[in-house]
Amino acid sequence: MSRKRIALLIGLLAVVVTVTAGQCGAPKAKFQCTDPLGCVDIKPGEPVHIAYMMVVTGPDESLGLDTKYGVEIAIDDKKEILGHPILLTGEDTGCNAEGGQAAAQKIAADPTIVAIVGTNCSSEARPAAPIISQAGMVMVSPSNTAPDLTDPAKHQPGYLRTAHNDKVQGAAMAKFAWEYLKVKRAATIHDGSLYADQLQQVFAEEFKKLGGTITAQEAVDPKDTDMRPVLTRIAATQPELIYYPIFIAAGGFITSQAREIPGLENVYLASADGTFSPDFVKAAGEAALGMFHSSPDFGAFGAGYKDFLQKYETKYGRKPLAPFHAHAYDAAMMIFTAIEKVAVQDPDGTLHIGRQALRDALFATKDFKGLTGNLTCTPTGDCADPKIAVYQMMNTDPAKWNPGSCDECNPKKIWP
Amino acid sequence: MLRQLLRRVTLVDIFMWIIGLLLIAMVVYGSARTLASGKYAPTEWLNLTVTGIALGGIYALIALGYTLVYGILRMINFAHSEVFMSGPFTAYFLADALDKAGYFDRSPILSLLLVMVLSMAVATTVAVLLERIAYRPLRTAPRLVPLITAIGASFFLQYTFRGLFGSGVKGYPETDWFKRKWCLPGTQACISTTQILVIVAAVLMMVALYAFVQWTKIGKAMRAVSEDKETAALMGIDVDRVIATTFAVGGALAGVAGVLYALMFRQVQFFMGFVPGIKAFTAAVLGGIGNIPGAMLGGLFLGIFEALGPNLFLDGLGIPAPYQLKDAIAYTMLVLILIFRPTGILGERLARKKA
Amino acid sequence: MKTRFDGKAALRAGAIAGVTALLICLVGMVAAFGKRNLIGGGVRISVGHTLLFLNMVLAGYLAVRRAQHKEPIFHLLAGGLAGLISSAMVAALVLIDLPEKVNLRAVLINASPELYALLTFGQPALSGLGLLVVCGTLIALITAGVLILPPRFRRAVSLGITVLLLVGLLQDLLKVMFTGWGALGELFTWLFELGGGLSLVGAIAVFVIAGGLNLLFSYYGGGTRERVRAWVASQPPAGRMAIRFGSIGLLAVVLFFVPFVVGTYPSEVLNTVGLFALMGLGLNVVVGFAGLLDLGYVAFFAIGAYTMGVLTSPEISPLAHPLTFWEALPFSLLAALLSGVILGIPVLNTRGDYLAIVTLGFGEIVRLIFLSDWLRPYVGGAQGIQLIAPAKIGNLLLTQPRELYYLILVSCLIVVFVSNRLKNSRLGRAWMAVREDEDVAQAMGIELVSTKLLAFATGATFAGLSGAIFATKLGSIYPHSFQLLYSIYVLCLLIVGGMGNVPGVLVGSLLLIGLPELLREFAEYRMLVYGVALVIMMLTRPEGFLPDRRVRREVRAEVEENSA
Repeated sequence: MSRKRIALLIGLLAVVVTVTAGQCGAPKAKFQCTDPLGCVDIKPGEPVHIAYMMVVTGPDESLGLDTKYGVEIAIDDKKEILGHPILLTGEDTGCNAEGGQAAAQKIAADPTIVAIVGTNCSSEARPAAPIISQAGMVMVSPSNTAPDLTDPAKHQPGYLRTAHNDKVQGAAMAKFAWEYLKVKRAATIHDGSLYADQLQQVFAEEFKKLGGTITAQEAVDPKDTDMRPVLTRIAATQPELIYYPIFIAAGGFITSQAREIPGLENVYLASADGTFSPDFVKAAGEAALGMFHSSPDFGAFGAGYKDFLQKYETKYGRKPLAPFHAHAYDAAMMIFTAIEKVAVQDPDGTLHIGRQALRDALFATKDFKGLTGNLTCTPTGDCADPKIAVYQMMNTDPAKWNPGSCDECNPKKIWP
Repeated sequence: MLRQLLRRVTLVDIFMWIIGLLLIAMVVYGSARTLASGKYAPTEWLNLTVTGIALGGIYALIALGYTLVYGILRMINFAHSEVFMSGPFTAYFLADALDKAGYFDRSPILSLLLVMVLSMAVATTVAVLLERIAYRPLRTAPRLVPLITAIGASFFLQYTFRGLFGSGVKGYPETDWFKRKWCLPGTQACISTTQILVIVAAVLMMVALYAFVQWTKIGKAMRAVSEDKETAALMGIDVDRVIATTFAVGGALAGVAGVLYALMFRQVQFFMGFVPGIKAFTAAVLGGIGNIPGAMLGGLFLGIFEALGPNLFLDGLGIPAPYQLKDAIAYTMLVLILIFRPTGILGERLARKKA
Repeated sequence: MKTRFDGKAALRAGAIAGVTALLICLVGMVAAFGKRNLIGGGVRISVGHTLLFLNMVLAGYLAVRRAQHKEPIFHLLAGGLAGLISSAMVAALVLIDLPEKVNLRAVLINASPELYALLTFGQPALSGLGLLVVCGTLIALITAGVLILPPRFRRAVSLGITVLLLVGLLQDLLKVMFTGWGALGELFTWLFELGGGLSLVGAIAVFVIAGGLNLLFSYYGGGTRERVRAWVASQPPAGRMAIRFGSIGLLAVVLFFVPFVVGTYPSEVLNTVGLFALMGLGLNVVVGFAGLLDLGYVAFFAIGAYTMGVLTSPEISPLAHPLTFWEALPFSLLAALLSGVILGIPVLNTRGDYLAIVTLGFGEIVRLIFLSDWLRPYVGGAQGIQLIAPAKIGNLLLTQPRELYYLILVSCLIVVFVSNRLKNSRLGRAWMAVREDEDVAQAMGIELVSTKLLAFATGATFAGLSGAIFATKLGSIYPHSFQLLYSIYVLCLLIVGGMGNVPGVLVGSLLLIGLPELLREFAEYRMLVYGVALVIMMLTRPEGFLPDRRVRREVRAEVEENSA
């Protein structure tokens, strides 16, 4: 009995060995790679491997999932690149520096990866960008907004982004407040995140430059629920506008509680794109009526955006979770287009993608018609079409979310 | 006599007293300066206190769940925060449906009761299942083992609910009835219906729980089990049943607390349990863990400190953005209290048993 | 042993497995991994399907275990029945949601068309569901069949399948590792298909080799460990010494070459594991040796990291010339040590859970202060600290994972050595006495104050070392990296590994930090799986993987005493 089994085992092993031997000795491709950073070779039937580095688990996941969905829809739309399917794998980054580093190291170690969409948080990008750049790869971030990432002194050669720089958005809101609302006194609140802190700093600087007064610069925790104490504090300084460029949960609490504080009944409320979503309307409720949001100008968004939203809802059963899905879609599409531009195809279908060539093609992106506008990359990787508009909330029914400049649009574009 | 006392006072004691006095001095100085500056009107302090009491009531209700389980099993049920989340998160769908059908505007109390019943049912089920599957087999294991199990269960529940219902923020319906304000005549000191509701419900639940534990048969059995499991079993008490009941009661309270929380803050999502859970646990310890009135006291204390602390203490010291440090204040207060009363405000009984 | 068929047990097994299967479907795991191949090529088996059918394996297993049948045929029957029920429950989900009127998705967000397509294998609904039920039943039946094989074969088969699953799940990592081996790695290319997944041949080979080796070992290798031990014991003292040092030397050589064998990314994982192991070893002193439950341990890690950051970053350092890594390291350790003592003093009188909550508060206070706008000019606030100096030896900058590995390895070895010496020292015994009973320990003449403070200080210093390396490894630090959750992770790895035992800590960090790190691509479901794994681990092996001998005895004794 047992001897028979062993015999069977040996027989199976023999089969395995012969099959293996048969697979060896396939003809080598004749393509010669001259790219200084090396090439990715994709054999017929093999997929083009794209990776994401996003925060897809934990308290900040809605940001990451939203962008991941954007990439997935881009892949559904694109279907294939020069006859090769597209494979998306990815790593969770957790919205912290160590997560970004670990994810980047993992991706850098996989030579089949052609390009990366990510990261979400700027803190992730700071350690990740050098690693990806050194590995010869290229990453396009859909949602990093920190100015220093594309600062010429600190920019990494493999780093680009389709998200707008904080400097643009913070300044736009300051200008809007000063010129359109004609307020003289403003207060800010941030939530201790890199993004919000940066934005409120830019806003405060610009607002002061224009001649305004910053009455208070307060901070909350993203997990706080009871904002009355901090709002009472702000009320004591008598601002005309409160700017809180934070995220949905805490932003909702501030919005819904602000009106309850004596002295803040008529203050203007202003936030940024981190809360520009129907989920925020759900969270803030009726108190959100009339408040202002700075956000990419949806009027300048490509015609495909409506279609995109439709696909998003059918595929995931919900409205977008955060504001950067379209940026992610654009980032992915930009990469696909660049790959198609630089890939060399053998007669049998094998693709060769030069890494430096791909980088160059991405940095050379010009007038790319994306969902978020016409993208043109600067030499330091800022590709966004930074048209920032300010929207006002005309209606607090999340089902009627339809940003634009038409009459019945909600939120309605009012500036510029 | 004096010499004996001096000999017993060690260097460490002196150091601790210095730390304690320094902290108190800072608090007093900061508060005095804030009050002297007259930056805030008295009604503002009143409003903040009311907010604090409402928040504290919710903390207290959650803290009761921790304290009940701790009193009986001597274990920190880390997953209780997820029990708290499960109720209102599930009941949201009922609330939303009721709102869409217009019931919430027509009969707010009845709709609220319905939502609350569902929330309690879900939270109770989760709590009981948790005990049956994760904790019962570990009844005899050393203390840290159930703690780790609880942490694991907490992750599991969080991400299961996220997977089932999605990770977005969901907003509870709001009606004018809930938002109406009742003000002291002639002043701006107001209280909203929701806040009244939260405070009343919290007090009612606590009284009911106290009566339940003191005077019902199963409540007495709970106390017996908490004193000595083996003897209780010998006296014919079904220990397993008593423990399951404890979890059920704690779960039901968390279910109520969850809906109250959702009324006050309107948002629910899968991560909402974590912070209130930690706070409530702190409140339970502050009051003396295992002690029911202690949990109430700890919760209220913490709620009020969070609401008043930053503006009162730190404002006067000239610290920018003090609200950011409110948890730091709450925990410093905790350390302060535990320096002078190492077993919490009301926690003497357990101290002797080597908590 | 029953002679009659126990249908109830089979029903229950089926129901339990059915519920877990539904849960896996509805949290979205099946659909999320539906596109990933476990086995590729012609006989495509996706990871999603594998996950689903693992529940049917569970059904079969439970059915056999729950009912103690004597007749093998009853076992098979029970297994098949349980499989039928569990898969029918999954099929029922699809049937309920089939009519247009019902829309489960309004509530259950993952009840998506994608999931249903997977469950019906892309066939029309009814025939697809039929196929699903048949497959589920068969799988449970086969499981039951395997379980009633003689133990030797059962073990071989289950090991073979486990290894197959592991290889399938870690295929990306393995592929990357093999490419790093050059020509040698080419040998393994036949294992995998082009479009992802193992090749059929590869899968069979992995299964056969793993199972076969196990089988061979069970025939010929029984008692090897005892024989080796006996052989070592039979050597003269000098020879035993030689064997001991020889094995240590061998281990050192192996550890030295690990990064070259495994490649960059696994080295990075090992580095993270090392940092957590350092923290774990520190917490082991506090909780494992001295029995002081500390839930805010990450504070010391943060203080070590921030001291390093403040002293070495040119952007924020108050010094005219920022220090180098090696100059700043002693200050990091000192700062951590002092903060350990400062935390220790106020909590000397508190015990048990009061201690736990005070330390938790301390951890949060430290994080909040680093985050606050108040100290922004000195520690960076929300913007964190950037441009932290990398470690440098001679002219070599330690920035790559493979280089940092040696820094972390050396630190770990030092800390392991110190821990081991401490454990068997006078102080170590004093700690254990305090752990067992504070009052008795004091009565026996142990100075409680200094003993406890030394435990806090030692633990804090180890964490400070870990933090300092963490800061230089990342180059930039943010307050968000020092969440309460990290304290909890460290505590978990300590208890899962086996408390009070140094190798236990290392095993714990490999399992709880290394594995999830390797499974980063399962990102969305990582925490879910982590939670389940913790619960199962604690239910089946409460004393941890490698418990200290004394602790294990205590656990056992306590269990017996309590259940007596």
